[in-house]
Amino acid sequence: MLIYFLNSIIFVLGLYCLIAKKHLVKKIIGMVIMEYAINLFIILIGYKDNGIPPIYLPNMELTTFTQQSVDPLPQVLVLTSIVIGMSILALMVAISLRLYEKYKTFDMSEIRRLHG
Amino acid sequence: MQNWLPLFVMVPLGVAFINLILTKFFKNISAYLTLIAVLFLCGLSFRFIGHEPFHYAIGGWMPPVGITLVWDPLSQLLILIVSIITLAVTLFAIPYMQQYTAQNKFYSLYLLMIAGMNGVILTGDFFNLFVFLEIASIASYALVAFGVEAEELEASFKYLVLGGVSSTIILLGIALLYSATGTLNMADMAIHLDEGASKNLLFFIFALFLMGFGLKSAMVPFHAWLPDAHPSAPAPISAMLSGLIIKALGIYCVARIFFIVLGIVPVIQTILMALGGLSMVIGVFLAVGQWDFKRLLAYHSISQMGYVMVGIGLATPLGILGALFHLLNHAVFKSLLFLCSGAFEYTTGTRQLKQLGGLLKKMPWTGTSCSVAALSISGVPPFNGFWSKLIIILALLEAQYYFLAVITVVVSFMTLISFIKVQKYSLFGTLPKRLESIREVPVLMVSGMLILTFLCIGIGLFYPFFGQQLLESARDLLINAGQYTLYAIP
Repeated sequence: MLIYFLNSIIFVLGLYCLIAKKHLVKKIIGMVIMEYAINLFIILIGYKDNGIPPIYLPNMELTTFTQQSVDPLPQVLVLTSIVIGMSILALMVAISLRLYEKYKTFDMSEIRRLHG
Repeated sequence: MQNWLPLFVMVPLGVAFINLILTKFFKNISAYLTLIAVLFLCGLSFRFIGHEPFHYAIGGWMPPVGITLVWDPLSQLLILIVSIITLAVTLFAIPYMQQYTAQNKFYSLYLLMIAGMNGVILTGDFFNLFVFLEIASIASYALVAFGVEAEELEASFKYLVLGGVSSTIILLGIALLYSATGTLNMADMAIHLDEGASKNLLFFIFALFLMGFGLKSAMVPFHAWLPDAHPSAPAPISAMLSGLIIKALGIYCVARIFFIVLGIVPVIQTILMALGGLSMVIGVFLAVGQWDFKRLLAYHSISQMGYVMVGIGLATPLGILGALFHLLNHAVFKSLLFLCSGAFEYTTGTRQLKQLGGLLKKMPWTGTSCSVAALSISGVPPFNGFWSKLIIILALLEAQYYFLAVITVVVSFMTLISFIKVQKYSLFGTLPKRLESIREVPVLMVSGMLILTFLCIGIGLFYPFFGQQLLESARDLLINAGQYTLYAIP
């Protein structure tokens, strides 16, 4: 249970960094931390103590295999989610660089020509 | 015929990348390639109308193990909306985008957005839904910043941060659902949840999805990005974002997941209705004071999405019918209004209402389309907006929510006031001196707008011819959500 609690702390730290910090790069870091907290959570769903890789070899017994092997699906999902996170990260970095060219600052509190 | 279903996703996704390669050798081909792809999708969706519900197992892997695409009345309605609006918007975009550089990249991102939306609408698998959601969202973040001016980049960054948070939260909800049921297939999940699941967990998942999809559909506490992001994009993209993205990624997912997979409960209905009511009122009050045409339209999107949310939250047969009908109508008239604002900007170079005036004489086709759309959105009979608003108000009265019904009427009246202002300052009045040499926009732009204008008039008048087929079947699915498991899984 403790590990889930620690994981949720990482998530909240990322969210705090994203919302409270003014610097664009810190916001991006916060976003990445948040995404990684979710990825870690998905991995934890499939985790088992003393688990074995989910590969069925000929000399294994079926019952011990089903009891001991970890769930492979969350690991596959995390791979996809990491790729998506990377593409968002690339877009965020590209846009923040362009923002720096236009406004000459990374401070979000000075980048406010719009007022939504 | 059933084997053609993946083409809804494959064609735009494939053409998006082929386009980038081909434009290395042939210049100026990308617009026509896109038009062909969109025409194909439109024809395909018309061929599929009235098809029996079925599921298609991708790669031959049977559900619940494999990923499925599901064709049913609700996806039929949304696919049809997406195909028709994209056709009109593409026709408009071909002349309009001539003023920008890097057009091939624009069309590739545009096609990726269509692929993402079609994928979200058709998929029967939760993680697949997330992936397509991200494809559509990332394409739209990039398209909002397409002009790379300071304001556009700022709006895009804001949209990107809030959109990223919403995607992360949706992913957390999906992970929790997976841990509770051990499956990702929607139909299989609905069966597992029916057998019994922890109530606290379900409410937590509801809250996560409400926040995630609420951010995507810009319900009121989560609306801050929309009035910046929608006006900043090029006009065709504004029309796509306001007309389709907030519906396909927001309202459709709420309807599909809350009603069919999780099963709606009274508490959530109340929350949906409260959010919808707030969106209606706050959206319209913020809109009345705006002088930037596109910003005004963006605030009206929030308000009109509130109508749909109220109807969905009511969850009576009449309420859901009204909500789905308003979804269709809003897609048509809001896209048309954004295209008109784009046409005004194309000829006059400004979108400030105070600097316009008397455009009806100079641009008769655009002006007429703009009036028809403005009358539709403010609910004047016999245009389409009137009928759907009438159905929603009748449903509210039938369910004895008198206060909300009064609010709905008042909001409709405020919408009318705000659009009378738009008409007075842009179409009528005196023509400013510097605009005397303007001419009507190119014929392709006019044809795109005319398609939507005829739909605005036709949808209201010819409801008996298509209502049963498109809207009432989708409503029946949402009322009897158990049907879904009959055909979505073998």
